[in-house]
Amino acid sequence: MKRNSWQEYQKEIADDHYFYVRSCIRQNFFPGSEAAFLNILRNDLGRDVGEEARHTSCTGIGYHSDIVPLETIMTVVARQFAMMTEAGYEHFTSSCITSFGIYSEILETWKEFPETEERTREYLYKATGREFKKPKSLAHTSDIIFHHREQIGKQAVRPLVNVETGEPLKVVEHIGCHYAKLFPKSGIGGSEFPYVLAGMIESWGGEVVDYPERRHCCGFGFRNYLVQANRGYSIANSQKKLESMAPYKPDFIVANCPGCTMFLDKWQYAIAEMEGTTYGPDGQGIPVLSYEEMAGLVLGYDPWELGMQMHQVAVEPLLDKMGVRYDPAAKYLARNGKYIGQPEEAAVNLRCTSQPIIRKL
Amino acid sequence: MSKRVIVIGGGVAGMQTAATLAGLGIHPVIIEKGDRLGGKLLNWHKLFPTFTPAGEVLDTLRRQLKDVEIMTNTEVKRIEQSGVVLNDGRLLVSDAVVVCSGFDIFRAEIKEEYGYGIYDNVYTTVDIERMLNEGKVHTADGHIPERIAFLHCVGSRDEKVGQKHCSRVCCITGVKQAMELKELFPQSEIYNFYMDIRMFGPGYEEMYRQAQEEFNIHFIRGRISEASETIDKRVQIKAEDTLIGRPLKMTVDMLILIVGMKAGASNDRFAENRGIELYPSHFIRPRNQFVDNICSSAGNIFYAGTVTAPKNVGESLNEGVAAALRVSKYLED
Amino acid sequence: MVQFGYNISQPRAINMDKNDMMISQKILRTMPELQTCIACGSCTATCTAGAITSFNFRKVHTLVRRGEYKGAYEEMNKCMLCGKCRLSCPRGINTRGVVMLIKQELGEYR
Repeated sequence: MKRNSWQEYQKEIADDHYFYVRSCIRQNFFPGSEAAFLNILRNDLGRDVGEEARHTSCTGIGYHSDIVPLETIMTVVARQFAMMTEAGYEHFTSSCITSFGIYSEILETWKEFPETEERTREYLYKATGREFKKPKSLAHTSDIIFHHREQIGKQAVRPLVNVETGEPLKVVEHIGCHYAKLFPKSGIGGSEFPYVLAGMIESWGGEVVDYPERRHCCGFGFRNYLVQANRGYSIANSQKKLESMAPYKPDFIVANCPGCTMFLDKWQYAIAEMEGTTYGPDGQGIPVLSYEEMAGLVLGYDPWELGMQMHQVAVEPLLDKMGVRYDPAAKYLARNGKYIGQPEEAAVNLRCTSQPIIRKL
Repeated sequence: MSKRVIVIGGGVAGMQTAATLAGLGIHPVIIEKGDRLGGKLLNWHKLFPTFTPAGEVLDTLRRQLKDVEIMTNTEVKRIEQSGVVLNDGRLLVSDAVVVCSGFDIFRAEIKEEYGYGIYDNVYTTVDIERMLNEGKVHTADGHIPERIAFLHCVGSRDEKVGQKHCSRVCCITGVKQAMELKELFPQSEIYNFYMDIRMFGPGYEEMYRQAQEEFNIHFIRGRISEASETIDKRVQIKAEDTLIGRPLKMTVDMLILIVGMKAGASNDRFAENRGIELYPSHFIRPRNQFVDNICSSAGNIFYAGTVTAPKNVGESLNEGVAAALRVSKYLED
Repeated sequence: MVQFGYNISQPRAINMDKNDMMISQKILRTMPELQTCIACGSCTATCTAGAITSFNFRKVHTLVRRGEYKGAYEEMNKCMLCGKCRLSCPRGINTRGVVMLIKQELGEYR
């Protein structure tokens, strides 16, 4: 793809010493991703990442659903920054795109309206006795993986190449709206041609698929999916994207937002069950990976260690293409060896459950 | 000895100014940064609303410049009271200066959402003029386009790219090119996406109507929000048909961006002279919009053409005559 | 098929890649003047039927020109054929003729 404009949008990403805050929902849907990020940074790249168990949700979901007022979310954000300051860090990084948007937006608001920062400092001090310094740099965790992509590429065990054909894997990248649509300058590559995931794919041997609805929102939209009756327009947006990408026969989708990764994965199941439509080859789904899972596979991590058995769309076809060795029998075993249960067989995970289960009619 | 007047820029306004000055017995010197005279018209095919070949206008102007001193490949760095300083540091002394440095074409790459320079079948009106001149209008892979979309106001009336002004001539350019392409490809469907259609010149409205009624060119009121490439290298566009109130999408073989006029990059440099002022758009602001619309606040600096605002060729030519007459009056006094 | 308590919303966009433009093209070939509509709305402003129903002549013929035929016939049936719109049209479009032409061509889309 002839995209040069991404080079005009660059941002400062620190080399080391990150303070890490987690996402509310990723632990459930992609439970290995955050651990993989820490392992890659600490063990594979030798970087220092600080964490604080007492940090909380940024309350972004509540904020975007009209439950949490602006003053409250600012104070919560200030508390996260206080945790960072107390731990002796200056470079803040968040696992979640919604949070990243919230942090960017609040820092920008404080810059434009300094009185709101003053008030927030006061609220935080009254409520908790804490004080904070604003971070020197703010990055999404995908920015940090992007920053280290060449080094990861050098350490790659399995590049993004189809081992049977030797061809690069075709990868659809999906960027969370709040990564760069709020502030194009805050995203690598800007908002129209973001390069943060595309850069990883290209560095690791894959080929980026540019398809007509690439820039379209996945449909997450907070209050839209929270109310069951409204989910029709969340799912319709994901469907629009899936229909648009299907002709390119992508080997997998990679996303950098917790919500997008979840929806692009789970809506494929819902669409298959509701309408009988699937978008991958042979009636299967298109596997959806987080960028940490993608990096983890490239670095040779075990897929079940990465939590990939929790995906709705089975990842085995992709693992086979990449030549990843895995133990099918271990898919639904916890780390302590206990059976964790498995999903019913469905169109998007056909033949990828441990033992055949007869569908209830 | 006759008085010497420097004319900055050898486009239509500069050529007309110099020709008129020479006719009045004054010694003009045209300083042109390019390697030949003609400015933007050198790359233009035909002119609205009469479809006159641009070359004809240039030929007429060139014939009037037989005795005029011309310096090509020369660029002016600063304008001073005593003359102009060139990029190489030389000072050219003169009794008066006429700034005819024109405009810059808006760089369509800046509107990233349209993918110019990224997608093969996204073009600008400038590309189309070139292709018409070369006699080769076709899609990137050499096919006859079955469906073409023009998008008006690219780099005009757009705060996001610092271009709040209307570039005026693009509406009629879009209509003209739509008609030219329809003549080349009678079977193709042509859609013009616009915000407003502004037909300010003589014969323009009539031409717009002719495009609609006789050429069956479709006009859809709505600005394209983004363009993307399809698997067969066509271009998918999204807009709202605002007259219906529903989003609309279609795939086209060619998307043509009707690019606007941006203030000349040299204007900022020239405005270091205290007698030269700029509009917020960075076009040069004349001393007065009515009776002195070709004059600066410095007595011996004058303007002609699009250096002060977007204009069509006829208006620029008229200003060339007007500026020359005012220079001559100034030199007499 | 499984029901999850919601349906997948259908796209609202006018899809010019899927719409059949044949009839629209035929209408425009018959009455090319319809292309000259500048959407001033004076037809709708003066419309006898539009004053008391949702009938919007301008919008209906614009939809027809985009290949959106469904409902156009019924809409045009609301026209009382009084002819006032033709007097007010600054482009001189034979608006009554457009009404009759759309009814003639789109009867099957009822």
